Amino acid sequence: MSTPVLTQAGAPTGVPASARRRPRVGPGLGLGLAVLYLSLIVLFPLTVVAWKGVEGGAGAFWSAVTTPDSWAALKLTLGASALVAVINVVMGTLIAWVLVRDRFPGKALVDTLIDLPFALPTIVAGLVLLVLYGVKSPLHLNLAYTRAGVVIALLFVTLPFVVRTVQPVLQELDRDMEQAAFSLGAGPWLTFRRIILPNLVPAMVSGAGLAFTRAIAEFGSTVLLSGNLPFKTQVAAVNIFGRIESDDTASAAAVSTALLIVAFAVLIGLDLVQRWGSRRG
Amino acid sequence: MAIEVRGVSKSFGRTPVLKDVSVDIVSGSLTALLGPSGGGKSTLLRVIAGLEVPDAGNVLISGVDATRLSPQRRNVGFVFQHYAAFKHLSVRRNVAFGLEIRKRPKAEIRARVDELLQLVHLEQFADRYPAQLSGGQRQRMALARALAVEPQVLLLDEPFGALDAQVRKELRTWLRRLHDEVHVTTVFVTHDQEEAMDVADEIVVLADGEVKQAGRPQDLYDNPASPFVMSFLGPVTELGGRLVRPHDIDVTAESVEGSTAAVVNRVVHLGFEVRVELTAGDRDVWAQITRGAAGRLGLQPGDTVHLRPVPAAKSLAAADA
Repeated sequence: MSTPVLTQAGAPTGVPASARRRPRVGPGLGLGLAVLYLSLIVLFPLTVVAWKGVEGGAGAFWSAVTTPDSWAALKLTLGASALVAVINVVMGTLIAWVLVRDRFPGKALVDTLIDLPFALPTIVAGLVLLVLYGVKSPLHLNLAYTRAGVVIALLFVTLPFVVRTVQPVLQELDRDMEQAAFSLGAGPWLTFRRIILPNLVPAMVSGAGLAFTRAIAEFGSTVLLSGNLPFKTQVAAVNIFGRIESDDTASAAAVSTALLIVAFAVLIGLDLVQRWGSRRG
Repeated sequence: MAIEVRGVSKSFGRTPVLKDVSVDIVSGSLTALLGPSGGGKSTLLRVIAGLEVPDAGNVLISGVDATRLSPQRRNVGFVFQHYAAFKHLSVRRNVAFGLEIRKRPKAEIRARVDELLQLVHLEQFADRYPAQLSGGQRQRMALARALAVEPQVLLLDEPFGALDAQVRKELRTWLRRLHDEVHVTTVFVTHDQEEAMDVADEIVVLADGEVKQAGRPQDLYDNPASPFVMSFLGPVTELGGRLVRPHDIDVTAESVEGSTAAVVNRVVHLGFEVRVELTAGDRDVWAQITRGAAGRLGLQPGDTVHLRPVPAAKSLAAADA
C-alpha cells in the first residue's frame, strides 16, 4: 500500500530544475567548446565531402551518381536499408517487449547479447556471417553473393538500435494505464493497439531511423558475404571504396554526398516525429 | 449495486496480504477502506476490480459471482492514485475511451463526454493533453473516464494520495457531492482517518490483512472494538491503565471522586482547542480542553491538577496495561 508520495506526474508545477540558478563555468564556455568540437569532428569533414561532391556542378554530380554501377549500388543500399529498418522495427520491438515484460532464465545474458553487434568490429561480424551463411554453410543456407546476404548482414548490425531505443520507453511505461484500459472494458490486444503502441511509436520510429541511416553506411559486415558483385550485391559504401581505389575521388564524393543527403533527410524527419511526440508527452 | 466479499485470501509469494476477509458493501453507499500502509486495503480493492485474483474466497457484484471474471467484464470503474491518464490522448478522448471501444454512436459519445466533463468541471480543458493538466484536474479526468461507462461500482485507490493538502480537501468534498448526485456504489481506499470520516457513509478498518471493524464513522469512533481501531480513528491517551479520548478527560483544580493527580508540563494553545500535556504518576498523559476551560483553570506548567474521564467516556483497557 502506498503512502502519499509525489511522483513526477503528480509533482506540483513549480520551477523546473533546469531553470534554477546554478553556478556557471565562464559565460558560454561550454557552448563554445561544443561548437568547436562539433565543427572539427563532424561539420568540417562533412562540408568537405559535400563540397567535393558538388564541386563539378550539378550536372557532374548527377552523372556521377547515376553511372549504372553507382545507381544500382545506391538503389540496392536504400532498398535493403528500408527493408531492414521495417523488419527490425517489428522484431526489435518484440525483443524489447520480451526483455521488459517476460521472465525467463538467462534474460540478463540475452540483454547483454543485444549489444554484441555494436561491440563487434563489423568485419568480424561479416566473417561470422560468411561462416554461417557462406558457401560451406553448416546450416545449409547458402546466401553468399546474394542480396539476401546483404539484408542478413544489415539486420545483424542494426538490431540493437531499435531494441535499445524501445526498451527504456517500455520500461517507463505506466502499467496503471493498461489496467485502466482493462477496467474500461478493453481486452489485451485492444489495449496494446490503442494504449501501448501509440506510446511506443516515437521510440520505434527513432530506432528505425537510426537503423536505416546506419544500414546505408554499412561496409564491413556486407563486404565478405555479398561478394560485392556490381549491379547485384554491391552496396553504396563498397562502390565508393572502389571509386577511391581507382583514384576517382570526385565521383566517390558525389555518391557519398547522395548518401549524406538521404541520411540527413531521414534524421530531420525523425526529429519532426519526436517533436510531434513530445508535444503530446 | 452491492458488493459482497466472502472469505478472500491473497498472498504475494509467502507474504499473506489478505487473510479470510469478508466485507459487505451496501448498494449505493460510499465506503472507505481505511488502514495503515501494508494492511491489505489496496489489494482488496484490486481483487474487487479483478486486477488481482484471490487465492481463496469469492467476490459477488450485485449478487453475481465475479471472482473469475476478467476486469474488462466486471463493469467496474477504477481510479488510480497516480491517475493512469492515457498520455497520448486528449482529455476528451481519455473520457471517451470506454465508450469508443464499446462502439457507441459518435453523437452519443460526444454528448455523454460533454456531460461528464461538465460534471467534473473540465469543459474548457477538453482538448488539452494530460501533461498540460494539474494533478487535481488529472484525477477529475480519471474519474470522468471511469464514470463514462456507467459502472456498477466505482473503486478509487488512494485517489487523493498524490495531491497536496489543499487540493485534497477540495476534491474530497467534491467526491462526496458527486456521489450524492450519481449514487453509484463507491469504495475508496485511504490511510487518512480524517478523510474517511469526512467522506464515507461506512468505514471498513483493515490492518494486517484482516477486517478489524466495520460500521458507520460515528459508531466506529464512539464504540471501537479494539485499542487499535480506537487509536487509528482518533487521538487517544492513557489514564489509569485505560485508553481514553483526550477530549473525554475532565481537568479540575480540586480532587474529586475517581480522579488522578497530575502535574502540568506544557500548555499548547491551538485556537479553540488547548492541549495540556501532563504527568500522572510515571505516565505521560494529555488532555484536550476548550480555550474557555483552560482560561478558568489558569493552567501553568508545574501546577498540580486532577484528571478523570467524563461520565459517558468510552474507554478500553490499554494493550500494555
